[in-house]
Amino acid sequence: MAQMTMIQAITDALRIELKNDATTLIFGEDVGVNGGVFRATEGLQKEFGEDRVFDTPLAESGIGGLSIGLALQGFRPIPEIQFFGFVFEVMDSIAGQMSRMRYRSGGRYHMPITVRSPFGGGVHTPELHSDSLEGLMAQTPGLKVVVPSTPYDAKGLLLSAIRDNDPVIFLEHLKLYRAFREEVPEEEYTIPLGKADVKREGSDLSIITYGAMVHESLKAADELAKEGYSVEVVDLRTISPLDIETIISSVEKTGRAIVVQEAQKQAGVAANVIAEINERAILSLEAPVLRVAAADTIYPFSQAESVWLPNYKDVIETAKKVLTF
Amino acid sequence: MASKTQNASFDVKKTLEAVEEQFQTLQILNEDGEVVNEAAMPELTDEQLQELMRRMVYTRILDQRSISLNRQGRLGFYAPTAGQEASQLASQFALEKEDFILPGYRDVPQLIWHGLPLYQAFLFSRGHFQGNQIPEGVNVLSPQIIIGAQYVQAAGVALGMKKNGTKAVAVTYTGDGGTSQGDFYEGINFAGAFKAPAIFIVQNNRFAISTPVTKQSATKTLAQKAIAAGIPGIQVDGMDPLAVYAATSEARERALNGEGPTLIETLTYRYGPHTMSGDDPTRYRTADLDNEWEKKDPLVRFRKFLEKKGLWNEEKENAVIEQAKEEIKEAIKKADAAPKQKVTDLISIMFEEMPYNLKEQFEIYQEKESK
Repeated sequence: MAQMTMIQAITDALRIELKNDATTLIFGEDVGVNGGVFRATEGLQKEFGEDRVFDTPLAESGIGGLSIGLALQGFRPIPEIQFFGFVFEVMDSIAGQMSRMRYRSGGRYHMPITVRSPFGGGVHTPELHSDSLEGLMAQTPGLKVVVPSTPYDAKGLLLSAIRDNDPVIFLEHLKLYRAFREEVPEEEYTIPLGKADVKREGSDLSIITYGAMVHESLKAADELAKEGYSVEVVDLRTISPLDIETIISSVEKTGRAIVVQEAQKQAGVAANVIAEINERAILSLEAPVLRVAAADTIYPFSQAESVWLPNYKDVIETAKKVLTF
Repeated sequence: MASKTQNASFDVKKTLEAVEEQFQTLQILNEDGEVVNEAAMPELTDEQLQELMRRMVYTRILDQRSISLNRQGRLGFYAPTAGQEASQLASQFALEKEDFILPGYRDVPQLIWHGLPLYQAFLFSRGHFQGNQIPEGVNVLSPQIIIGAQYVQAAGVALGMKKNGTKAVAVTYTGDGGTSQGDFYEGINFAGAFKAPAIFIVQNNRFAISTPVTKQSATKTLAQKAIAAGIPGIQVDGMDPLAVYAATSEARERALNGEGPTLIETLTYRYGPHTMSGDDPTRYRTADLDNEWEKKDPLVRFRKFLEKKGLWNEEKENAVIEQAKEEIKEAIKKADAAPKQKVTDLISIMFEEMPYNLKEQFEIYQEKESK
């Protein structure tokens, strides 16, 4: 076991898969000799060569097309989109093309592609770096969308994502890259996609969340415990498809739930989680399922992040509304 | 005042003219079927020349029958191809089986001659997933509807071939309107930067639906857009099968020699509407223009060329026409026999392993379908 940050765990997963599978290719803007703008691919080109880990021209759509073409030739591409705010340039390749390839060819072709991309607020990035756009991906049939919140999860989920024979969008929260270290096994292991993880067990309220909000929710749960509330925190880990079983069994146990996301209220996946709970566990609910989400404005100018981004206080406030409904 | 500050060494008009001069139209056969450029003549055997003519005639009939079947409601989406036989078929004729074609929505003929069974092309038109289940060993994608997407994908396929050491090329097609897309530029630029074995063909039929090519760009040729990617560009008479064949063969040679991609602009024309989905070309095209281009018909000039060589006659042509009609009839019958699509079929082809939501929905629809 080693103490790793999330970014180290990601690099470790990439190294393992480059070694395991000669068809894996890592490419993107500045991922080669530079080792990535966040050092996620640090040392990989040196170890595996320019043929496996290489830079591309600055064009996200081209990177998407390159991935699709390489997949058609038997490769397992792991492209990087430098910041997920730039996904709009490559929406067609992702949502109009790779997500549809298996279906549109009736299974003749498939796309074992893992798109890695950082996102997320709290580090004062410039415009369109931190936007939470996972909701757009989650609405696209043919994609799986993964958002890890810990180093351990990041490694196991990334290995599963790469090995999956259909496209996976792997979103890495900027604030979590080096926020803390955690014990991560040095050997390879996988975490199944589409499986949530109960990060904290409780009996009074379920908090269903993902990404950086997992940690805000855990902090909120600590505070609420001081007031005598037992709160369960469910980390979705994969936001599409949802792990219905884990969500519903938690709600059936606690009878109350909130869904916490960093994205704007009209975005993200919270509305979908609530709809699933309403359809499947309404008879267990003691109160409506409420949301913690950002205001429905454009992502804030960097100085306004602290007042705009949801945090543990918002989680506590909403949790209490539901607990005292 | 402007003339005073103008620097003689930086005459923008001259710069543009100098660029345009580099993109002269390659022609081998003129409208009368006479060889006007012996030096560029491709090496084709008599049998190959006849086969190319056979395919062009066949495809003209296929277009006529497809339009008529579409009108009868026996075909769905259809983008007419008449006029573009040289551009489409002579370029495909220069390829090998190992080469991978990424077609646009008008490029169904190339797929058929690369190995896609005719009944599947008809199923594609009707909107049936089995039409897109390309047989193993036939290296094509189904027709791309998003204009430009095939270009960035072609760069990837070509890079894949280069990495695999495959002696083959990726070939993709778009139209004149498509050259205005970002993906058009990114595709040729990526292939250039990676020196990947790709052939990018622009079929300039002068109209993108109703928009004339002059409204797409201020450039005099579309071939010169290759300059922006730093790759060779060539403009050919797209109504001349021999010129199209020669340009494609050369581009293929260069690609296989590791010299990277080529952009080929074929000057062509579609005699029919944009698609059969309600487009009326008389709204934007004059009869004079249509007549002018009908004189350039690739079949007419190639027929004359072959007849003079004693390689073609009416009897041969009629035999092709009869064969085409017969095979089209059989293919439509086979398409009619395809099983109706079920929602469970569509669910099954989404992923290798169904996620929970689709598992649930599969059961629901299976139940419905069993009633």
